[in-house]
Amino acid sequence: MITRRLPPWFVNALLVPLASVLCGFVVAGLVVAATGSDPIAAFSSLFQGAFTNQDAFAETLVSTTPYLFLGLGIALGFRAGLFNIGAEGQYYVGGLAGVFLAYSIHGVPGLIEIPLALAAGMLGGFVWSGIAGALKARFGAHEVITTIMLNYVAFLLANYLIDGGLMLAPHVSTPRTPEIDANAQLPIIIAGTRLHFGLILALVAVPLVWFLLQRTTLGFRLRSVGFNPTAARANGMSVGQTLVLSMGISGALAGLAGIVDILGVSHHMTDTVGAGYGFDAIAVALLARSNPWGVLPAALLFGALRNGASFMQLDTQVSSDLISVVQATVIIFVAAPVLVRWIFRLRRQQVAEVQITQREETAAV
Amino acid sequence: MDLVVEWGQVHALLGENGAGKSTLMNVVYGLVRRDAGEILFNGQPAEIHGPQDAIRLGIGMVHQHFMLIPRLSVVENIILGREIANAAGVIELDRASRSVRELSERHGLAVEPRARVQDLTVGLQQRVEIVKALYRGAQVLILDEPTAALTPQETDGLFEIVHSLTREGNAVIFITHKLGEVMAVADRITVMRRGKVVASTKPADTKPAELAQMMVGRPVLLRVVRGPSHPGEAVLKVEDLVVQDDRRHLAVDGVSLEVRTGEIVGVAGVEGNGQNELVESILGLRSARGGRVILNGRIITHRSTRRRLQSGLGNVPADRHRMGLVLEFPIADNLVLSDYDQAPFANGLVRRLRAIRSYALRLMKAFDIRAQAPEQPVGSLSGGNQQKVILARELATQPKVLIASQPTRGLDVGSIEFVHNRLVSQRDSGLAVLLVSSELDEVLSLADRVAVLYRGRIVAVLEGDAIDRERIGLLMAGAA
Amino acid sequence: MEFLSHQDVVGLLAQTLVTATPLTLAALGGIMCERSGVVNIALEGIMLTGAFVGYAVALATHNVWLGVLAAVVAGMLIATLHAALSVSLMVDQIVSGMVINILAVGITGVFYRNYIESSGLAGPDTLPHWNIPGLSALPVLGRIFFQNQFVTYAMLILIFAVHVVIFKTVWGLRTRACGENPAAAETAGINVYFVRYINVITSGALAGLGGAYFSLQQIGNFLPNMTGGRGFIALAAMIFGKWTPIGAFGASQLFAFSDALGSRLQIANVHIPIQFLGMLPYLVTIVVLAGAMGRAVAPAAVGKPYRRS
Repeated sequence: MITRRLPPWFVNALLVPLASVLCGFVVAGLVVAATGSDPIAAFSSLFQGAFTNQDAFAETLVSTTPYLFLGLGIALGFRAGLFNIGAEGQYYVGGLAGVFLAYSIHGVPGLIEIPLALAAGMLGGFVWSGIAGALKARFGAHEVITTIMLNYVAFLLANYLIDGGLMLAPHVSTPRTPEIDANAQLPIIIAGTRLHFGLILALVAVPLVWFLLQRTTLGFRLRSVGFNPTAARANGMSVGQTLVLSMGISGALAGLAGIVDILGVSHHMTDTVGAGYGFDAIAVALLARSNPWGVLPAALLFGALRNGASFMQLDTQVSSDLISVVQATVIIFVAAPVLVRWIFRLRRQQVAEVQITQREETAAV
Repeated sequence: MDLVVEWGQVHALLGENGAGKSTLMNVVYGLVRRDAGEILFNGQPAEIHGPQDAIRLGIGMVHQHFMLIPRLSVVENIILGREIANAAGVIELDRASRSVRELSERHGLAVEPRARVQDLTVGLQQRVEIVKALYRGAQVLILDEPTAALTPQETDGLFEIVHSLTREGNAVIFITHKLGEVMAVADRITVMRRGKVVASTKPADTKPAELAQMMVGRPVLLRVVRGPSHPGEAVLKVEDLVVQDDRRHLAVDGVSLEVRTGEIVGVAGVEGNGQNELVESILGLRSARGGRVILNGRIITHRSTRRRLQSGLGNVPADRHRMGLVLEFPIADNLVLSDYDQAPFANGLVRRLRAIRSYALRLMKAFDIRAQAPEQPVGSLSGGNQQKVILARELATQPKVLIASQPTRGLDVGSIEFVHNRLVSQRDSGLAVLLVSSELDEVLSLADRVAVLYRGRIVAVLEGDAIDRERIGLLMAGAA
Repeated sequence: MEFLSHQDVVGLLAQTLVTATPLTLAALGGIMCERSGVVNIALEGIMLTGAFVGYAVALATHNVWLGVLAAVVAGMLIATLHAALSVSLMVDQIVSGMVINILAVGITGVFYRNYIESSGLAGPDTLPHWNIPGLSALPVLGRIFFQNQFVTYAMLILIFAVHVVIFKTVWGLRTRACGENPAAAETAGINVYFVRYINVITSGALAGLGGAYFSLQQIGNFLPNMTGGRGFIALAAMIFGKWTPIGAFGASQLFAFSDALGSRLQIANVHIPIQFLGMLPYLVTIVVLAGAMGRAVAPAAVGKPYRRS
């Protein structure tokens, strides 16, 4: 086989992700066929909705923006050996904190108000996930359970604050927070579309997160703890503090996703929750193999899927939940080197293993 | 590779770490698939695809790392896979206990069936392993490095058991890298090197030095060359230290110890007598329940690990994969694992990769670390080179005290010599070394003073002519 | 406080037992699975699948019992995927569990929208209440234990069944051996993969039955994401119960009590925002998990893929 001579980087960075996406579509197509619809029609309307319809690509980039932040956050958690499955809750808490600040302030220039709101969003996400980090560092409570529990608490908190009146805009038919002032909104970067400056921020975040991981002392500590917390501790690193910080930064990026969506798109927050961002972002980070640069194409793919799926649902009646079938298949492929080796007849050394949980796991699920 | 084992004999399989002895025996036991060749049992070709097949043929194996489940009882461990149960699949524990007790007593291997394995000493756990093999009807018993964790007296006891088994007509395959044991126990000796049989002989026809040369492929010194020590002031003092283990049992029970500059103090003891807890407590990885640790005249009992390392403590951990290295990281990163954020390796928050690389190149040369580049992941190096990475990291910062736990475990002879010579030369230039080893030979050949640890207490500190193998063996067993 | 009459207290306890039903069943599944060395964060997804398939089959056949059976079978099928991924393909077990959770949301969502939501079919009945003759008339205990529906009775029996299997039988000994030290189990002639497969699939059956609780016992309907994180709470119950069936049952009672108390207080019109009452089980889970971890000891090899050499 030709594939036997392919270099490992090619296999791991290109072949496996592409093949897994392809297989994702095949499996999803089978599911569509099983429900009695036409997969070709479904996928072609998915493609139209993602790229070729009017403004579709701009909308795809709008959906890509939160995935970039969320994917970076979860990937960063993975590098520290943390499985943050509560990005969704952190997204909402970040949104709540940021939007509260943004609609409360008036008459301040955007150049000041926007960074303040972004910082508030990050702080909200940091605190929310930091709780899970601290519970793991201090008590060994596994983040898979605590972050999910905190998701539900966050949803109910948002519901309470918005429905319950504390953050409720007066005289609205569906409960939502007050609008933020126009000067606090992120500027539109392509006129006539909803594509906003948040995309630029997200694109800047990619190299920043890469730099943080690869070039800073904090990143080194984070990666050491992720690979081998026992050795990290024996060499004088504070594992607990590193876990809290890593989890916090992961959540801060999720919170940023939340507030950027508000400042850039909706300009207020509603209490509709359960958009599924958190789970989608896990797929983004896994497809990216926890590499910040890899998050870029992965987020674009999922942005396109999300955007295209809503059109597909309108156009062909195939539920947009289909996307999670694509996601699940993609994750299986990326995380199962054995499967990939077998399909492409590769040697063991060519395919990298995906290791998420720490080699010396301290907590149990 | 050919190997013929006869009934009623002890067949020693001698070779260095990594010579392929264990792999060979794992093939015989069905744990590793063979690539070519065949296994004959009583003259018949044997198809062994898994341990079940080996067990059916009457082959039993006691692995170097015991295949026991600490949280289960002795009887549960023994009957596992061949349970005594009623028709509904419910285990009849009383009946099983009786038959285990009877079997063990018949072979002079008495063990308490209802005891939990995690509460037994290493020697008793080994008995459980042997009984487990006999329970399965083993007639060929493979013992993989069975004396690694035993006291000299326990080793003698094991030899007696081995001989009584062969007297009954069983065969025993005895895997080891220790020459003295081979001469003492074997009827036949097969020497392996790099996966090949290089010699087959009898103890009467050979000498230890000859065996050593066959095993390593070149003449080896059997002893470390070491002059007298010139100790200075005490730089590490441990006073009445009390430490608990993970199960909150008392593991270190009032230990006092001193290490002076320019000397090697060996801590001898059977594994599990508090060595790990003692070392971890000195390093600040485990909090002390009582007592003090004094480094360089300063009390460091409540300092963080990081501050202890910075004030002159070095550590070569017993389990280098778990505690010593980040296997996925390059050599360079492992060399700065504890000083990663100090100048010149970092400049505030940002790492200085060029400085790290040139430092790594320098240490790789100084410590003879054989690798292509500093970027090579440390996990791809041989055990010897990995240990050199740790030694380089710990010694390059010029510590005052070095704690070396099992520093040569699993290494080949060349690397063992390297590590031993480094420790001695560092001692000669003034380093205080605390050597913790369950290999009594290692302690005897390196240590200037020997402290014997038994059940969390130092039962004796011996010096000079008082350092006597038999005596230490008895102390290690709590018998003196 | 007037809402705490004698009858209310008994009612609260009865509701606690009922609410604890899916938690306990999923926790029992978790125990079977993790005792053999496989982490199962997929309980949530398995329950959701069971809830959906059970409902769909009951709807199609007009028979709730076939629905219950289908929920169990569906749980076993999707758990087989978890076994294949985590045991054979050696995928990180948490990732594999997550795959099941994502897949469950997706597949139930797709089929729900395509078939059920638009079908306009009348929902099936819920499972009948069975009053155990004699016992149901007992004071207090009768109301709590003996006036229940099928899934709750099944749970009560399964607690003891799983206890016996894990701690008394040959299978249980082998299961624990695989979870503590798979290499040792293998050298004793045990097929670790087989043991793990069967245990993972059994956990799917138990969690699938737990899923039937939601759609066929509780409300007689299916709603997307109706399991609401109960699979994860069950995981916490398993940990708090130290991987024992009886302990997990006790822990489930605690979480269920906070849940039931919340809804009781809501009915009683106490002036606490409903959202805060709704948070109770989640917050209790977090607090208990943090408190439990110091003492609980997981099976030593749980979460580690076993690779035959």
